[in-house]
Amino acid sequence: MTVEQHSEQVVRPPQPAADGLRPRRRLSDRDGALAWIFLMPSVVYILALVAVPFVLAIGFAMSDVTAGNPSFDWVGLRNFDRIFDDPVFWRSLGNTFIFTTVSMLLVVILGKVLANILVADFRGKWIVRFLVLLPWTTPVALSSIAWLWMLDSIFSPIDWVLREFGLIGGTEALIRPESNMYWLGEPGLAMTSVIAVHVWRLTPLAAVIMVAGLVAIPRDLDEAARVDGAGYWRRMFEVTIPLVLPVAAVAALFGAIFTFTDMAVVDVLTNGGPNNATQVLTSWAFFRGIDGGDVGQGAAIALFLFPLLLAAAIAILRVVKRLEVR
Amino acid sequence: MAIVEVKNLVKEFTGGVRAVDGIDLATEEGEYLVLLGPSGCGKTTLLRTIAGLEQPSAGDVLIDGHIVTGLPPRARQIAMVFQSYALYPHKSVYANIVFPLRAAKLPKEERDRKVRWAASLLDIGHLLDRKPRQLSGGERQRVALARALVRQPRVFLLDEPLSNLDAKLRASARDELKRFQQEIGTTTIYVTHDQVEAMGLGDRIAVLSNGQVRQVGPPVEVYDHPADTFVARFIGSPPMNLVRRDGVLVGFRPEHLLPADALPGADVVPVRLAVDRVEYLSGDRHIYGTARGIGEETRVVARLPATVESAVTAGTEREFAVARHRLRFFAADGGRRTNPVPV
Repeated sequence: MTVEQHSEQVVRPPQPAADGLRPRRRLSDRDGALAWIFLMPSVVYILALVAVPFVLAIGFAMSDVTAGNPSFDWVGLRNFDRIFDDPVFWRSLGNTFIFTTVSMLLVVILGKVLANILVADFRGKWIVRFLVLLPWTTPVALSSIAWLWMLDSIFSPIDWVLREFGLIGGTEALIRPESNMYWLGEPGLAMTSVIAVHVWRLTPLAAVIMVAGLVAIPRDLDEAARVDGAGYWRRMFEVTIPLVLPVAAVAALFGAIFTFTDMAVVDVLTNGGPNNATQVLTSWAFFRGIDGGDVGQGAAIALFLFPLLLAAAIAILRVVKRLEVR
Repeated sequence: MAIVEVKNLVKEFTGGVRAVDGIDLATEEGEYLVLLGPSGCGKTTLLRTIAGLEQPSAGDVLIDGHIVTGLPPRARQIAMVFQSYALYPHKSVYANIVFPLRAAKLPKEERDRKVRWAASLLDIGHLLDRKPRQLSGGERQRVALARALVRQPRVFLLDEPLSNLDAKLRASARDELKRFQQEIGTTTIYVTHDQVEAMGLGDRIAVLSNGQVRQVGPPVEVYDHPADTFVARFIGSPPMNLVRRDGVLVGFRPEHLLPADALPGADVVPVRLAVDRVEYLSGDRHIYGTARGIGEETRVVARLPATVESAVTAGTEREFAVARHRLRFFAADGGRRTNPVPV
């Protein structure tokens, strides 16, 4: 082969594809079909585990189904009449609001404080981060039992500390003369304990969400504020907090929904007691519907949560939308 | 107005990177000093250290003779304009500008008076109710300037404030910045990697490279008498030609390498140029070729102004020349300026 022929071969333009190799659209190129294929598992999941139970719950709430007599008889709104007549229901509803509002307020404030610690740069920060995230990673049944011991009526280590400092036990004690606080035995203290444990559990999640909000703030802004002469608190309240606010709102609303629908802490610590002082809607629905066997009433109580959660979900979506606009 | 001085300043980041490596530098009263260098040369770190946003590893920062090294930014009476402008996005323009005054706890009437004064000086009085996202790039820059100005600081620190503007706006903003600084007469330190900005704005230019100051001087001096080959190659577009000869580097600017017939006068050094490319750039012609006769064969660039009409075509050899007093000499190792050798 001569040099000329060779160079001619090299510069020849690419040949059009032969008939058998005509370019074809593969499945992975078809966005419309792919969208359906990828969405299907979650659609099935939502239908099976959310939609079906929801329709069932509506059905049960309109029926006289009990654990002992599962035959379905239509009773209309009589279950709702009954639960509205029950003072425990109203107490549970009130408790739910107190529980949610107070714990969310604390979660947001403490979450912001923890978030500041998480983003700070200092020696040994990884161990602090680990400790901060620990409550969230501990299974709730395990941590609640640990708290059950912490709050024990006789052996509570918290009481021991208070006793050692002379705050309880003895006639000159500052808080009370008895030798124990009975954390879970007195209505006010029981609610305080339930809220405290719940806050302890949720704060790390809120902190992590707020860290995401904090690191999204350009560092320039904080530095500009420092050069502009603003001190720590002015920077915190005039620059950082307004810019984290949308994210904090999302964290709070997620937490609120989570708190509204969660009964684990109540169930393990107090079982709703003493005398229904810590009863919330979810635990009350569980006791009536499952423990008590009155499925119809349990479903009616649980359904009462639905409009409240719907409102919260709409609020979340609106905040998220505002975030996108920014 | 104030004098800013840094003494033997070192900033070492974790990992041993020396962003600022022993810099001594002082401004004059009311001066416009430009820190110029390629990205990563330490100019922004130097500015941030002066502002107090970074703590130096060694050395001191002085403002008006007082050591301010340990002081937080707010105690230094400086104002800084960031590259991103760093306007508070949730505050209106008015609230942005008034922020430093509220931090300084000025009475309300005085705050209001000063904001209106700064806004009128920068011609943004009609924008006070807007949010930063409703402003154009040029307007944002003015708001950032107003926020810096309103406190009447002793020193302005500007970190590439023009780099977010488009080319056309940049030219007019540069002009405005210069007039603005002359009007208020505050000492200004200006960081840029753009030599055009540096030459146009600076009373003096400090050229930085690898955390060290290579040369400080007025733009004309830095351009005409570069202290070393780095400055010679960094400033000027195209950069200075360097030709090796007898153990030194002979340097000459592209605009001084002209066709021999266009350079009358006795004292010229002839250069034979094998031209291989001619670029025509809005009036100027850039001639790329290999130079012989002045030293070792080297690729050089000549820049012919529109007034030189000699025909130059690619693929030919042609007699060029450089006026002898335009030649600069640098040591071959280290690149520092050195004594002339006979050419």
